[in-house]
Amino acid sequence: MTRGRRSAIPEWQAARLVAAHDETATARTLVFDIPGWPGHLAGQHVDVRVTAPDGYTASREYSIASGEVDAPPPDLPAMPDSGVNVELSVEELDDGEVSPYLVRGLEVGDHLEVRGPVGGYFVWQPSQTEPVQLIAGGSGVVPLMSMLRTHAAAGHPSPMRLLYSVRGPQFAFYAEELQRIAAASGGAVTVDYVYTRTAPAGADRSVGRLTLEELSTLALPASASPTTYLCGPNSFVESVSQWLLALGHPAECIFTERFGGA
Amino acid sequence: MGIFSPGFVGRRRDANPLLPPGQYEVTNFPVLSAGPTPKVTKDDWALSIRAQDGSVKAWNWATLMQNPIDDITVDLHCVTRWSQFGMGWRGVSLDHLFEGVDTSAQFAMASSYGGYTTNMQTTDLVGSKAWIAFQFDGEDLAPAHGGPARLLVPHLYLWKSAKWINRITLMDHHELGFWEQYGYHDIGDPWKEERYS
Repeated sequence: MTRGRRSAIPEWQAARLVAAHDETATARTLVFDIPGWPGHLAGQHVDVRVTAPDGYTASREYSIASGEVDAPPPDLPAMPDSGVNVELSVEELDDGEVSPYLVRGLEVGDHLEVRGPVGGYFVWQPSQTEPVQLIAGGSGVVPLMSMLRTHAAAGHPSPMRLLYSVRGPQFAFYAEELQRIAAASGGAVTVDYVYTRTAPAGADRSVGRLTLEELSTLALPASASPTTYLCGPNSFVESVSQWLLALGHPAECIFTERFGGA
Repeated sequence: MGIFSPGFVGRRRDANPLLPPGQYEVTNFPVLSAGPTPKVTKDDWALSIRAQDGSVKAWNWATLMQNPIDDITVDLHCVTRWSQFGMGWRGVSLDHLFEGVDTSAQFAMASSYGGYTTNMQTTDLVGSKAWIAFQFDGEDLAPAHGGPARLLVPHLYLWKSAKWINRITLMDHHELGFWEQYGYHDIGDPWKEERYS
């Protein structure tokens, strides 16, 4: 049953913001240098802790967007600029406490603390050879981007498809990079968008939520025996996972991550 | 550690003595599941307890309902850092289900429809600390939250409260459950912040 690495989860360690850019109007991608980062698998998370000058702290979990990083050799000293970069993409939540600071407050050169990687089930590893279907709702694309980047870095030959449900093109994360990855993949990687509220001019699909019928044509069929990774808001994941079962995908081949309530 | 994040102030709304360290309060009820929600009806539902000596006690929905039913109001704490206060549940205390069962075995494993498992100490399941819960907030427990019935062990992080509970196995040896195999804590006491092993 165990999929990922089983090593112990390390203690808090310092991370320095070395680069950042706006991903959308409400989301920001942050690149941290983390000396001594123990490496991670595509799909894992990290705990992030920020501390106010008076010692007040707040912590949240975020998915890692950057691709798999091997564990460093044990004899490598932890240098101030380790070259081990871990990228997160954070959506600002209404009423959020930490996300508004990460999206609008933290500046390049500033520090926070991280603990991880966390999780080991919702992961894709290059040793997997079966076709892979990724299905994202909104900011749920982040851990799936880690899988696509890991796949691209490995020049992996297995099919990896992304079906990405998002409000509109201006809310889509990583659009240019996804196009580049698909173009360079020799056909292994494909990206399909489902726009729920606004579509680009000339789109051949009217806006609206993903349907079972569309899923049956846009996702790899059960007959291809894919592993499916599904991440997004709970209502989206609940619907799509039940549709996948109805389309004949075995439950053990459907990996889910959810955010929000029901 | 002396790592400050310049400009971070925070809401301070979480300076609440009911909140374990590193948690924040939510007022909705988030769903976390590693796979699709298994569809289990009350008609299909069954629960068994297997003791260390191999003896088995079992219930279906009707026989579960013949036990005394508690109304429970508890605070729940998820390892992903949200906590929710004053949640109202109905369920059967495991103390009733353990009647006549030898609970001297040190270790317990909860197993669910869909294949989920989580390990605990048997002492965490006895003494009015754990229930088989089947209603939340006055309604039948929704499938996404573990319905028709889930384990409820509110003094531990919520991953120990196995959704879609189907079996409890008492054991004289230590085994790790699903998340525990990925580095989550063996015990999982939120007040000791036992998130990871």
